[in-house]
Amino acid sequence: MAKTYDAGVKEYRETYWMPDYTPKDTDILACFKVTPQDGVPREEIAAAVAAESSTGTWTTVWTDLLTDLDYYKGRAYAIEDVPGDDTCFYAFVAYPIDLFEEGSVVNVMTSLVGNVFGFKALRALRLEDIRFPIAYVMTCNGPPQGIQLERDILNKYGRPMLGCTIKPKLGLSAKNYGRACYEGLRGGLDFTKDDENVNSQPFMRWRARFDFVMEAIHKAEAETGERKGHYLNVTAATSDEMMKRAEYAKEIGAPIIMHDYITGGWSANTQLAQWCQDNGLLLHIHRAMHAVLDRNPHHGIHFRVLAKILRLSGGDHLHSGTVVGKLEGDREATLGWIDIMRDSFIKEDRSRGIFFDQDWGAMPGVFPVASGGIHVWHMPALVNIFGDDSVLQFGGGTLGHPWGNAAGAAANRVAVEACVEARNTGRELEKEGKDILTAAAKHSPELAAAMETWKEIKFEFDTVDKIDAAHK
Amino acid sequence: MQDYESSLGNASSRKFETFSYLPALTPEQIRAQIEYIVSKGWNPGIEHTEPEHANGHYWYMWKLPLFGETDVDVILKEVEACHTAHPDNHVRLLGFDNFAQSAGASMVIYRGETV
Repeated sequence: MAKTYDAGVKEYRETYWMPDYTPKDTDILACFKVTPQDGVPREEIAAAVAAESSTGTWTTVWTDLLTDLDYYKGRAYAIEDVPGDDTCFYAFVAYPIDLFEEGSVVNVMTSLVGNVFGFKALRALRLEDIRFPIAYVMTCNGPPQGIQLERDILNKYGRPMLGCTIKPKLGLSAKNYGRACYEGLRGGLDFTKDDENVNSQPFMRWRARFDFVMEAIHKAEAETGERKGHYLNVTAATSDEMMKRAEYAKEIGAPIIMHDYITGGWSANTQLAQWCQDNGLLLHIHRAMHAVLDRNPHHGIHFRVLAKILRLSGGDHLHSGTVVGKLEGDREATLGWIDIMRDSFIKEDRSRGIFFDQDWGAMPGVFPVASGGIHVWHMPALVNIFGDDSVLQFGGGTLGHPWGNAAGAAANRVAVEACVEARNTGRELEKEGKDILTAAAKHSPELAAAMETWKEIKFEFDTVDKIDAAHK
Repeated sequence: MQDYESSLGNASSRKFETFSYLPALTPEQIRAQIEYIVSKGWNPGIEHTEPEHANGHYWYMWKLPLFGETDVDVILKEVEACHTAHPDNHVRLLGFDNFAQSAGASMVIYRGETV
């Protein structure tokens, strides 16, 4: 029986609140943390979120009747209390897969975190998690090379890889910058890295940087007999310019390039990742601006969602937080999203903030990158937390060594190998870390000097964004 | 302040990946690493190369990987046999993880003289 047109404003829950709906395997599912304005019923506000992030608008329109709106609409299908916080609740919404263009995280996120976040009936809104069905995952290109292939390309097995961000972040000339890279690489690092805001400023244009850094890589490889890389940042004002820099990196034989996927944009990122796959380059991803979106526990986008977006859009490395360094990151939540980056199937686990099972199928994994305020004393904990499939990145913790970058790099390399060797023999790194490092330092004056330099520095502030847990 | 001694002209600057920044593993340490590979369910494999050709992806395979072998002494004997047959070569032990299609472990057990 055809419906009749009845103009005017309807309550959202009449159409979009479907507590009896069983989500399909092909649906995209989302969990929002909703903080409503006073006096608005939960069902109405959950339905409004479903409507505003899918088909709905504020009033009924006659063109609704030209389509099968009951099929295309988002469905708010469940509501749950937030443990420990009565000001908000979780709303679960299912979206039919047809609402989204294949292979486009841009399109998915434009819907899910679009206008709805400014909706007046909400005081705040946070996207906590998305379940991407395997049917949608398969339409995305994903990481250009993935963890397994990167290990084979670089010939690095059975340990975390080591990196170093070159400092000062800004102001070095291209030649001096290449020197800093060379010193780190010859000392035993696998990678050095452009800082995120190094693009192509007047003091160091991109092409000069690329040329000097490649010489540093070649010499360090010849000297150590190991494979090396430097994340050449190709993030640029336009995607044409980005691609121009990427093409030049390929031309000079750079093994890995870098992009800032949030400030640079997901369109550009997906384009670059596809190009890297076609051209055999690795892609390191930085996440500048993420904390603007993910740090407020009541509003924004949780980092586990941003991590999923990156795995779909494409990247071989992604900064994930360190748990132990200078930057924010709850331990259990971090363990949750590094699994999301690397594993093939991740089970729902509320204790780690994971709201849905996530099946990645055959999509390759992404190396988590631990970076920010870490030094050699953190090594035992980092190896224990992140395991082998990770990149541990020490900027100040390499360059700040009293004898320079090469010694700082050697100290970190000795430390990581000592920790892996000890772990493999069954020793508990976080308990015995001091003994393990002290023993290793007997054979490495560089490590001994590093341990002396950084013994007092700790970053012991409480985490702002914690897993929601009952408080009463 | 100490100089970092490494150069193109000094062959001892050449490294060979995991554990090459540590002193050579002792017999007890080698045994413990083999036990680790076995405990992970990985297949032990042995490869060797002339040090001057250590850069490539493919070293010479010593026989076939020891599929399903869990006896540490048997694995150790094969490593030694490879070393006896090629005393000047680097000999490395790998743990092949067939699910990850990657080596979960890789370490040079006998170090040839670097060039």
